[in-house]
Amino acid sequence: MIRLVAGAALLVMLLRPEWMAPLLSPLTRNGAPAIYAQSSLLDLALSHLALVAAATLASTLVAVALAVLVTRRAGAEFRPLARTVTQVGQTLPPVAVLALAVPMLGFGTWPTLLALFLYGMLPIFENAVTALSGLPPPVAEAARAMGYTPRQRLLRIELPLALPVILAGVRLSAVIALSTAAIGSTVAARTLGEVIIAGLVSNNPAFVVQGGLLVGLIAILLSDALTVLERRLRA
Amino acid sequence: MIEIRNLSRRFGTVMAVDDVSLTIAKGEMVALVGTSGSGKTTLLRMLNRLVEPSSGTVLLNGQDTAALPAHLLRRRIGYAIQGHGLFPHYTVARNIAAVPELLGWPAAQIRERVDELLTLFGMPPADFRNRRPAALSGGQQQRVGVARALAARPEVLLMDEPFGALDPVTRAQAQADLRRIQRQLGTTTVLVTHDMEEALALGDRIAVMDRGRLVQCASPAAILTRPATEFVARLTGQSDRPFRLLGLVPVADLAEPGAASGTPVDPALSAREALAECLWSGREALPLTGGGRVTLHRLAERARGAE
Repeated sequence: MIRLVAGAALLVMLLRPEWMAPLLSPLTRNGAPAIYAQSSLLDLALSHLALVAAATLASTLVAVALAVLVTRRAGAEFRPLARTVTQVGQTLPPVAVLALAVPMLGFGTWPTLLALFLYGMLPIFENAVTALSGLPPPVAEAARAMGYTPRQRLLRIELPLALPVILAGVRLSAVIALSTAAIGSTVAARTLGEVIIAGLVSNNPAFVVQGGLLVGLIAILLSDALTVLERRLRA
Repeated sequence: MIEIRNLSRRFGTVMAVDDVSLTIAKGEMVALVGTSGSGKTTLLRMLNRLVEPSSGTVLLNGQDTAALPAHLLRRRIGYAIQGHGLFPHYTVARNIAAVPELLGWPAAQIRERVDELLTLFGMPPADFRNRRPAALSGGQQQRVGVARALAARPEVLLMDEPFGALDPVTRAQAQADLRRIQRQLGTTTVLVTHDMEEALALGDRIAVMDRGRLVQCASPAAILTRPATEFVARLTGQSDRPFRLLGLVPVADLAEPGAASGTPVDPALSAREALAECLWSGREALPLTGGGRVTLHRLAERARGAE
């Protein structure tokens, strides 16, 4: 039900933003426009989502690969190092990453992608390590005794069993990335943050609310969809 | 056939298994017993190289097991453990199919084998094939665990306390099923247990381990009547010895011609159960279904170890 309402609200705000004008106009002052019209909200939302998807995919690949490495016997000694790296990634404020990355990568998508990628690794890494080291001992022993090679054990037993927990980490990371991506617009990445920044710059709360609501609704729906997927995998 | 030659395993300064030699004939079931830390599980796990020996060799049908890659060796050896270790994300059918799949059997043949095993273990394939392990009772999970171990028709079956997690009634049933199926398939079996009753009920021979050494390997009757060391005698439980000895023979073996009063008993019952019946009903002799009788005197004689 909430899902339906949120979905409908999102569609309206993206496809028919002018319908929101009566709700948002009380927030404007001095006859400023209530609806952001510099660029298409749908385009901004899609580009926002693409950025989040790319960053989360990269975080997932790197974090899961690291987690697999440090849960092997040969890689166990790298565990503290990998943990430190991912923690630093989370501790560095994305704004600082943006500021540091712009001189190297220029304005636009790339510094934002880097900031989101670093910021999103920790939850995926921690969940993957927990899930991969939490295999019930009889199951691990049975797989070994049955004649699975280490690679077959990883691909057929360990990763499939860890998948729901890894996915929970991906969900967390994707939702964080979704809200954090908005700041990418400070370095000219095309995201919904553009609307919020435009509102702040022109002192127009209607834009801020509009951008904030859009990001919030997408975050709720995304988290919900991934939760459903997670549950299906657990069943 | 398994030949264990001078096998040892050291963990740090401790000899977990110390110079054990033992030959197990094809189709034989050997029960490895001992206290915790006696090395019985380590010995078992060296047979499929879950633990690598420090020294000594294991020959499987004359072939040195160290000469094969461990994962290929293990596909030839069935393994069933306490807590079954079924893969929770696989159905019953896929669990049983694990080793045949690794060996690359054709799908039709795997399906046929899965159904055959489920039937053998009294689980109608149509009902059980597509269930997840979590949807089974403890006894059913255990049976699927043993079926999985037997799926690829292994030359050898290794079992580590396979029935340890079951309640007494389910366990007795599981033991009877295992005995029947093992006889039927003729699979050479090594079973680790700390339960002497289980060892006596299942083993053709019983191998007793004490602090890493094999102190005796003999038939159940010989273990009970002629324990090699004080430790073996203690392990077999002196106060239970007469009853355990009677538990090894069907009452039919002690029958004599003649008649007795009261309800007849099934000749397939163990002499132990016949003795219990004598004592409980206060009779000196029991008639057997199908003729003949067994006397309390004869039972008592047998309980003292007389042939």
